[in-house]
Amino acid sequence: MSASALLQLLFSGVTVGSIYALTALGFNLIYNATGIINFAQGEFVMLGGMTAAWLAGMGLPLWFSFVVSVALVAALGASFERLCIHPLRSPQILSLIMITIAGSILFRGAAMFLWGKQTVYLKAFSGERPIRFLGAALHPQTLWVLGTALVITICLHLFLRYTLLGKAMRACASNRTAARLTGIPVDRIVLLSFTLSAGIGAAGGVVVTPITLMDYQQGTLLGLKGFSAAVLGGLGNPNGAVAAGLMIGALESLSAGLISSHYKDAVALVALLAVLCFRPEGIWGTTTQR
Amino acid sequence: MFRKGLMLLLTVCLAVSGAYAKKKPYKVGAVFAITGPASWLGEPERNTVQMIAEQVNREGGINGHPLELIIEDTAGDETRTVNAVNKLINKDKVLAIVGPSRSGTTLAVVPIVERAKVPLISCAAAEAIVSPPEKRKWVFKTPQKDSDAVIRIYEHMKKHGITKIAIITGTTGFGAQGRKQLKKYAPKFGIEIVADETYGPRDTDMTPQLTRIKASGAQAVVNWSIVPAQSIVPKNMRQLGMTIPLYQSHGFGNIKYVKAAGEAAEGIIFPCGRLLIAEQLPDDHPQKKVLVEYKRAYEKKFKEPVSTFGGHAYDALWLVINALKEVGPDRAKIRDYIEHVKGFVGTGGIFNFSPEDHNGLTKDAFAILTVKNGKFALLED
Repeated sequence: MSASALLQLLFSGVTVGSIYALTALGFNLIYNATGIINFAQGEFVMLGGMTAAWLAGMGLPLWFSFVVSVALVAALGASFERLCIHPLRSPQILSLIMITIAGSILFRGAAMFLWGKQTVYLKAFSGERPIRFLGAALHPQTLWVLGTALVITICLHLFLRYTLLGKAMRACASNRTAARLTGIPVDRIVLLSFTLSAGIGAAGGVVVTPITLMDYQQGTLLGLKGFSAAVLGGLGNPNGAVAAGLMIGALESLSAGLISSHYKDAVALVALLAVLCFRPEGIWGTTTQR
Repeated sequence: MFRKGLMLLLTVCLAVSGAYAKKKPYKVGAVFAITGPASWLGEPERNTVQMIAEQVNREGGINGHPLELIIEDTAGDETRTVNAVNKLINKDKVLAIVGPSRSGTTLAVVPIVERAKVPLISCAAAEAIVSPPEKRKWVFKTPQKDSDAVIRIYEHMKKHGITKIAIITGTTGFGAQGRKQLKKYAPKFGIEIVADETYGPRDTDMTPQLTRIKASGAQAVVNWSIVPAQSIVPKNMRQLGMTIPLYQSHGFGNIKYVKAAGEAAEGIIFPCGRLLIAEQLPDDHPQKKVLVEYKRAYEKKFKEPVSTFGGHAYDALWLVINALKEVGPDRAKIRDYIEHVKGFVGTGGIFNFSPEDHNGLTKDAFAILTVKNGKFALLED
């Protein structure tokens, strides 16, 4: 296999990996604030892509569709928290997770009724002309996906580390009762984390749609792969999630190109299992970090 | 619940529309994958049979008997299909059944209809549905054969001097079946498969597989799958700067996939029934009238582009209606009638059934189409 072909495989891996990474970020945010895994995260991504494609399909400008779609899905995330998570009197992790699973089924069904079962598509932000580099081609949309992931990771990092609100969010995750005793409005923090992660998911959904295309069932798979990336990177660690997402993508693409496309998913999954066997907390996770 | 409600509503509608006729309604069952992963098959099929039933009843029914359709959703699942067919036979006592949508679900109910002696006209493609003929006395199917699609592709390749090809197929039932047929017929046409790649049903990037194909020296690529891969493969090929021709399966027969692939769809070659290019056919083409009428009626009523899958249901239901018109409400006579239908002009082709052939179509049912300026165009008839 020539060097340029090898580079091409890496590029493909980065393309797919950046999609996983972006989905993984949303998982981390809610996990950081509440300690639960939001299984509706993939659906937020799907809804973001579907809404943007729907708006753009009506002739609205792309940036406007992007902003409106993120705002709408963030609002949906907020109302999901208010209507389904918040009213629970004694929130237990397990029942909360069950609720998010129910939410994912509900969102999927709603999307099917709203937009039908057909695959929707969105124009690439800066054209379809591939960027050539040393004989390999990169889809320009990949740069948008990577850029979005990067910007979101940096903003999240700054937010969680250096703002009072961000610190309050982390405090909620490590100990709810203690956080409440110090005067942190826990329920509002949880609301905020759902709103933010829905918005992040939607932003991811919009930028990946030109590559992946979108349909009402796509969220399940994106959620699954994003979840794998979040676990591999260490739950709660946004930087780890991005790195792990890219790693899974590269592994899939390299195994398809060098070994055989028939075993592509198997290779990636075996690698995931192997890592988790030796480091159950993920590559960049620590057992105590939240 | 919703499904039951729908069915109730439909039954009520049909009962009201049929109230004018005093004669007993003719009950026909329809089982389609209206929801679930194969809903892109079942939905146009359901729409089509409803449209036909409305039309028939508006025009006074079948010899004065209203047509009563009982529609069941299989969600593409074998168990649910078996239950639905049992219900249609034992509770509703239908005269014939149209559907199911998928090959797997059809094969699951073949033993049931054979035992109960109820004619079933499947809208699924697999050849095993109607063979061996002696064990498929009561089963018919309307879609063209997969192997004929492969043969038409290979004939086209041979004519254009292509001898080394790469195949890339989905790991779904449809893709796997196509891969099998592609490998089986290649030697007969002197074609060598130099690369054989697959991908999962939800994969979003096929550039790794295509990078291998690019290095294999293939003169053309055949992609055999269902959405959305059919739009992704051409996009990825363009991205990699591959200029060799891309052939796809007859599953590409929906203009939405062309739109999703954008410019990359230009020049894709695929075998397909003539429904999608009905208007481009010469006026003396025997199928033109049927195709144009169905296409216009469907697109007007449902405000979405017609697909070949609805056409399979169109052919199946009209075969049943024609039989009812001729022989009346008798399951055995309906079966015998359909088995001897000759020259029935449907959307899938011109059907000539016989006791040995319960599909009734030849490879000429496929035309070779291409994409030109974002639209389907006839390449070779």
